Order: sequence, then structure tokens, then C-alpha cells
Amino acid sequence: MIRLENLTKIYSTGVVGRRGIVAVDSVSFKIKIGEIVSLVGESGSGKTTIGKLILRLIKPTSGKIYFLDREISSYKPLEYYRNVQGVFQDPFSSFNPIYKVDRIFENVNRYLLNLPRSEFWGKVEESLKSVGLNPRDVLGKYPHQMSGGQLQRTLIARALVIGAKFLVADEIISMLDASTRVDVLNILGDLRDSIGLGILFVTHDLSLGYYISDTTVIMYRGSVVEMGDTEKVFKNPVHPYTKMLLEAVPTFKKKWEPSKEMFKIESGSLIFRGGCKYYSRCPFRRDVCKEFDGNLSEVEENHWAACALFGR
Amino acid sequence: MDILKVNDLKVYYKTLRGSVKAIDGVTFTIRKGEVLGIAGESGCGKSTLVNFFVLPKEPMYHAGGSVILEDIDITKLSKNELRKIRYEKISIIPQYSMDALSPTKKIKVIIKDIIREHGKHVDHTLIEERLSMVNLSKKVLDMYPVELSGGMRQRATMVVSTLLNPKVLIADEITSALDVSTQKFVIEMLMGFMDRKIVDSMIFITHDLSILYQIATRVMVLYAGKVVEIGPMEEVIKSPVHPYTKALVYSLPEMNVRFKEKRLKGIPGHPPHLLNPPAGCRFHDRCPVARERCQEEEPPLVKVGEDHYVYCWEVKV
Repeated sequence: MIRLENLTKIYSTGVVGRRGIVAVDSVSFKIKIGEIVSLVGESGSGKTTIGKLILRLIKPTSGKIYFLDREISSYKPLEYYRNVQGVFQDPFSSFNPIYKVDRIFENVNRYLLNLPRSEFWGKVEESLKSVGLNPRDVLGKYPHQMSGGQLQRTLIARALVIGAKFLVADEIISMLDASTRVDVLNILGDLRDSIGLGILFVTHDLSLGYYISDTTVIMYRGSVVEMGDTEKVFKNPVHPYTKMLLEAVPTFKKKWEPSKEMFKIESGSLIFRGGCKYYSRCPFRRDVCKEFDGNLSEVEENHWAACALFGR
Repeated sequence: MDILKVNDLKVYYKTLRGSVKAIDGVTFTIRKGEVLGIAGESGCGKSTLVNFFVLPKEPMYHAGGSVILEDIDITKLSKNELRKIRYEKISIIPQYSMDALSPTKKIKVIIKDIIREHGKHVDHTLIEERLSMVNLSKKVLDMYPVELSGGMRQRATMVVSTLLNPKVLIADEITSALDVSTQKFVIEMLMGFMDRKIVDSMIFITHDLSILYQIATRVMVLYAGKVVEIGPMEEVIKSPVHPYTKALVYSLPEMNVRFKEKRLKGIPGHPPHLLNPPAGCRFHDRCPVARERCQEEEPPLVKVGEDHYVYCWEVKV
């Protein structure tokens, strides 16, 4: 459904944009119809940038994104946004606090759908019900009268009214309370199974990704370090970074082991000089890593990793 | 030995429509050498409770009960008396600790101000040692907060908060904005303060039970301004007793569950408004086992294990 091909985004900063920050570095993966792909990484790994690129909020420096086998820049904006929609982290900032919640739906009808009023509001009520909301709790209310979970579900309902086939969900769970998190996740899972919605689930929380996604893509400083079938990536991690992340996830099963000294280096203070990007933090590094090209190699069926030491 | 004894504490907020009962009759103690975790949804009163210990300010006010810190009832102290105790006896790493430092002062000025305010001598080697404990170099002393990254500012705040060796250190949601890998370092640094006896006991607030499980000795679960369950961390997680704690623990996507195999359930409904909290048990309208009695009478305190208590009508021992 969505296919990224050697996608690269360089932000320019500094005086007259002379310094470039490589936010996304030659990333390729695809998302099938009715598939949830979770994009996992620390802050600054480029996961949000990928979401923005797919939503055409920014332009790629190089590389291409295809939606249904057509490059996304070849779609007319309205046509594209009827198919691809996004929901973001902070539900309160997605709404204008001085207008009622209804307005986000009204705008949808005005610009994208142009349906007769009764037909349109019938559709709105239907999609609100499909995300587990009672239309009476939503319509006619102001954003501050609703909880974060309700607002977030309203935004998902908005994407459904439009008839979106693909949803970029950027950290949509992180600001919600534990008691409502699972409900929002379950809605994503249900929509995948019922209408075949494709979802890019951007998160830093591995346990959420494990619960809901079919495929996991792990990013480190703009590059994919490991990806594949969620079960395989979590049960049989190959890249040292993936292993470290999985070990750091707090669970009820076991207590944390003390961190290895090597992991404690600040990630921001590192300068990249070619070779493996994870080199300076990696406890298993060797000389070959300095020349590593960062390409993914197949570990098993449907599971790839980018580590110079794999297979050695 | 108990360092802090909280007895039937009530902390309300003054509003035009009446008092919001944010903390309504909370009783617990903190023992020497332990990490007490406080968990609950947003709006349950976690932050109100600890902010009251450190700086009770308008519109928050004390509506009853006592907080005894080493034989002194801090609810009876004046603002100036409380000022002396703050940082020395009880200290906090606030929720938005990245933004807690004054932007117009260099880090060293902030540090020296606090030391002088408490009439202590400025010990440079001590300051440098503390900075190195949180992985900061002494160069940061000459920098302004804007020159540091968010994580560095948070760690600088950790140093400031613990400089005068407080008996009780409160950490309010300090890990929520961090990546998984950084979360672990920050918590390890925090435990370093405990190991070196710089702080005696700690209150660790988070909505994330799985992080609490890594460090807390005991856990107290709050719901709508009241304690629902308090007990040893291990026991509460492995065998929660109160219906709310159960729902909370079982709603967490642990790394062993997948949507396709087993569907987790959230808690339906939302917490009550605390302007006019419901009678009886405050969880009754969301509770799967609630009966008539729960809507009318306050639930009793039931001992369910060694050091493990719940407030619930439906628990049988």
C-alpha cells in the first residue's frame, strides 16, 4: 500500500543552511493493506520525520514514496488526503479550543466530501460508534469537556469519515492514561481487521508495538537497524541496539540488570564518521564495524538486520 | 522506622464553585531506606499530594489531617519555617524538571543560592562529585540552562534537589518524557543517591506501573483522591486485590501479550469529578463487582496480607 524507497531527508540548519542534519537516511520498507507496522526508535531517530514525509507535510531530499504503486507527489492534494490521514501525539493541540468538536467534521465535509448534511452526519455518527464513542458524548461538546482518550478516538473517527485507507498514528498513545491506552490500541487493531486499514504506528514504547503490530521497524539515528515480523524481531533480536532496547523495557517479569558501562554514553554527544552509526555505543564493536555500509541483510524469512557482525 | 507519617490528610483546591477535594483523607507512612511508589491515573491526586509536602500554595489549601516529618507536623509550619525544611529535610524533582531552572542564572549561581539560603558552606569538590554522579562535567556550572539539553537540565535539577542531603526525596513523573534507554539511566542515577545514603527514602510517582516495579519497595495506588491499595510492590503486581488495581495491572500491554492472541481490556468510564465526589467508594460506577453498599458507605480498610491493605467492601480475607 505504502512503499518507501531509499527515502532520505536532510534538514538544513546553521548559517544559510550550510549544515545538514540527516534525519532520515536511505530508508526503505513497505506497508501492506490491513497491516500495522510499528516504527520504533528513540527521540531523534527520525521516526516522526518519516510520518511527516508520508503525510506530505515535508518534501523528501531524495528517494520516493509510493501509495498504491503511484508516487505520492503525483496525487492531487485533495485526492491524496482522502486516502491518507494522520493522528498525532497531543490530542488537545489537534483541536481549536474555542470551537466545538463538531467543527473538525464540518471542515471535512466542506473541503473533502461535499455530501448532503443528513447523509454526512449519519456517517459521522456511524464512525464515532465504530471507535467506541457515543455520538452524544462528542457532538456539541468543546474539547476541554472531553478526555484525551475520547479526543484521540474522535480524530480516528474523523479519518474514517473521510474514508482513509492509510493512517499515520504518531505517538497517539503516549499521552493517554494506562486505563484508556489499550482501548485506543484495540480500535486500531479492529479497524485493521474490519476495513483493512493500513497503519504506521510510530512509538517509542516497545511493549505497545509488540501488542498491536504485525511488522516492526527499529530505527537508530535515521537508519533502519532491524526490521521484520514483530514476533521474530522481539523473540530473536540480532542488532545490539535492538537487544539493548528490549532489555531496557520495564516489565513485571524481571527486574532490570545493571546497565553495562558502554551504554551510558550520551547519544547526542556523538559525531558520526562513517561506518556503523551505533559503533560508539555498541559493546560488541570491532574494527570491521568502522567500514560497515549499513545495509540490511536477511536473518531469516521476513527478518532483516543491519549489523556488520551478523553471521561472523 | 517511619520518616514521614501522613494521617488522614486532606488537601483541597479553592475554586469559585467550591472546594475540589483532590486529596481526601489519605493515610500512609514512609520508612527509612525504602522507595514508596505512588501510582494512579491523571487527576487522581499524585502530584497534589507531594506538592503539598514541598510547597503548599494557593489555591491549594490544607483541609485536615497531619504530615509528621521527624516529629514536626509540617502542616502547622509557616511559610518561612517550611522554607528551611525544604531541600534539607524534604525535596522534590518536579514533573517538568527540564524547565525548573531559572533561565537567567548560571547553574553555579542556582546551586550557590540554595546552599547560602540554608546557611551552609559552599563545597566545590562536593558539587563536582555530585555532578559526576549524574554524568555531567563541571563545565555545566558556567553555563545557562538554555545551553544544556533537556536531559542534562533534568540531571542538573536532580543535583540541585539532592544537594543538601534531604531525608525524603520526591521524584514526580521524571521518566515519563524519556526514551526507554534513558529512563533506565535516570533511574540508576536516582538509585545511586540512595546507595550512597545521600537521601534516606524516596517517593517515586509515575503512571507507569512497570517502571515502578523495577525500583519501588512498596506501592500505593491512588484513585480520585483516596488510597485504594497499599502494599509490597511484588505482591501488589503479582496478586492485586482491589478491583481498580486489578484493572490497572491487567490493562498493561506487557511484552508477552499480542492483540491477535489475547485482547486486553481498558477500564470503562472515567474518574469522578472531585468537586462533588460520589458517596461511598469512589470507584463504584466503574467497578465490575460493586454492590449497593459500595454506593452508600465508605469502604473499610482490610488487611489482606503482611503489610498489604485495601479499601474495599468486596474483599474477603
